[in-house]
Amino acid sequence: MTDLPEHPDFLWDNPEPKKAYDVVVVGGGGHGLATAYYLAKVFGITDVAVLEKGWLAGGNMARNTTIIRSNYLWDESSGIYEHSLKLWEGLEEDLGYPILFSQRGVLNLAHTLQDVRDSVRRVEANKLNGIDAEWVDAAGVKEICPIVNTSPDVRYPVLGATYQPRAGIAKHDYVAWGFARAAHELGVDLIQNCEVTGISTRDGRVTGVETSRGRIAAGKVGLCAAGHTSVLARLVGLDLPLNSHPLQALVSELLEPVHPTVVMSNAVHVYVSQAHKGELVMGAGIDSYNGYGQRGSFHIIEEQMAAALELFPVFARAHLLRTWAGIVDVSPDASPIIGLTPVENLFLNCGWGTGGFKATPGVGDVFAATIARGKPHEYAEPFTLDRFTTGALVDEHGAAAVAH
Amino acid sequence: MQLIPCPWCGPREEAEFHYGGQAHVAYPEDPAALSDEDWAKFVFFRANPSGPYAERWSHSAGCRRWFNAVRDTRTHDLLAIYRLDEPRPVTS
Repeated sequence: MTDLPEHPDFLWDNPEPKKAYDVVVVGGGGHGLATAYYLAKVFGITDVAVLEKGWLAGGNMARNTTIIRSNYLWDESSGIYEHSLKLWEGLEEDLGYPILFSQRGVLNLAHTLQDVRDSVRRVEANKLNGIDAEWVDAAGVKEICPIVNTSPDVRYPVLGATYQPRAGIAKHDYVAWGFARAAHELGVDLIQNCEVTGISTRDGRVTGVETSRGRIAAGKVGLCAAGHTSVLARLVGLDLPLNSHPLQALVSELLEPVHPTVVMSNAVHVYVSQAHKGELVMGAGIDSYNGYGQRGSFHIIEEQMAAALELFPVFARAHLLRTWAGIVDVSPDASPIIGLTPVENLFLNCGWGTGGFKATPGVGDVFAATIARGKPHEYAEPFTLDRFTTGALVDEHGAAAVAH
Repeated sequence: MQLIPCPWCGPREEAEFHYGGQAHVAYPEDPAALSDEDWAKFVFFRANPSGPYAERWSHSAGCRRWFNAVRDTRTHDLLAIYRLDEPRPVTS
């Protein structure tokens, strides 16, 4: 395992907001920071502010399970997630900052005959899209991750899994800090404790934002607020086809290295990896109801723990250290919404649901291009808001791997 | 675990209930007259407020009846419980 880097004294300034910027990005999480970075680096647009209502990367970026993979079913999703995975593979070098990207592979388990058929179908679809994927049987699962219980005598036996070797995890905080530092060095203003309370328009065109630190004029505004994007969009009268739900995760105490890969199970609702320091990081399905409270229901954790113990009997004596929830914005087809809005120069990046972290560099690049050019990047074209009117949905519930 | 007061059975554990999403979404009166945009609004677009939200719940492991609730999505506090044929109560 990679050594942890020293915690630096500082990575960016905390400037006062200027009166105006070419581009204002709302939301200082992974997506907002990556968007600002690529705006500056790729498109030379450096008069950019990232506005964050709390502290940088303190929302979903601090609350996810850091899994990175691109084994989605449809061509449209493969396009954007594989684009992202390729950027992950060069990101440490690009940012000049360690992110502890560890390509330890991901197993997506199958527990029923239908699971098996769906999984094999997805593997073949992945291969056709040039994505590394293979089907492994129960013995193969055991070989890749020896602590998985592959006994046929459990309620939901492991019949096999899809395996993507290039998948893995990264250290979410370092990813955010790496993007923040690099964006700051290119001239981007990162403004914390600055909540957007209004979006101003004139003649159908966005002109700026009202914030808790005063009015900021903007040529273009990009929304990157994940679960809270519906609330922002309402400020300008825009309805979005999203429901925001708590998505819970938890970690154990520090343990010796026992878990060499990432294991996900859609059917029994748990996904597990072992963090670099040694915690077992586990995610669950979303809570059914809408919520913004960043906490969820106890019975979800109970079901998640039951599933984890059946799959990994070795975890039986591990102590739970802490739990939390992020707020995920789930769209009707479990795919993101990226692109233009009916308001000119107001751009939208939301609806990533449970899948946002893995997309961080990819969406930063694609959303920056969309903002800079004023038209969707080719990987964003299938993910427009009007697909819900045209019916051209990208139905990825099957590959989202979390029960939406 | 959250207790939800079923109008017929009284307070029961949340795990006995099934969530039904936004309340008061009426099927269009004249479906043939709807544009694609109207259909999209009806099928896919729901309110998603940070604050009080009128929504449907079913006591699926109890009396199996549906009812409406106004719940604050920030705190999960249940502000009102009412029957499907009743209007949304004022909760502020």
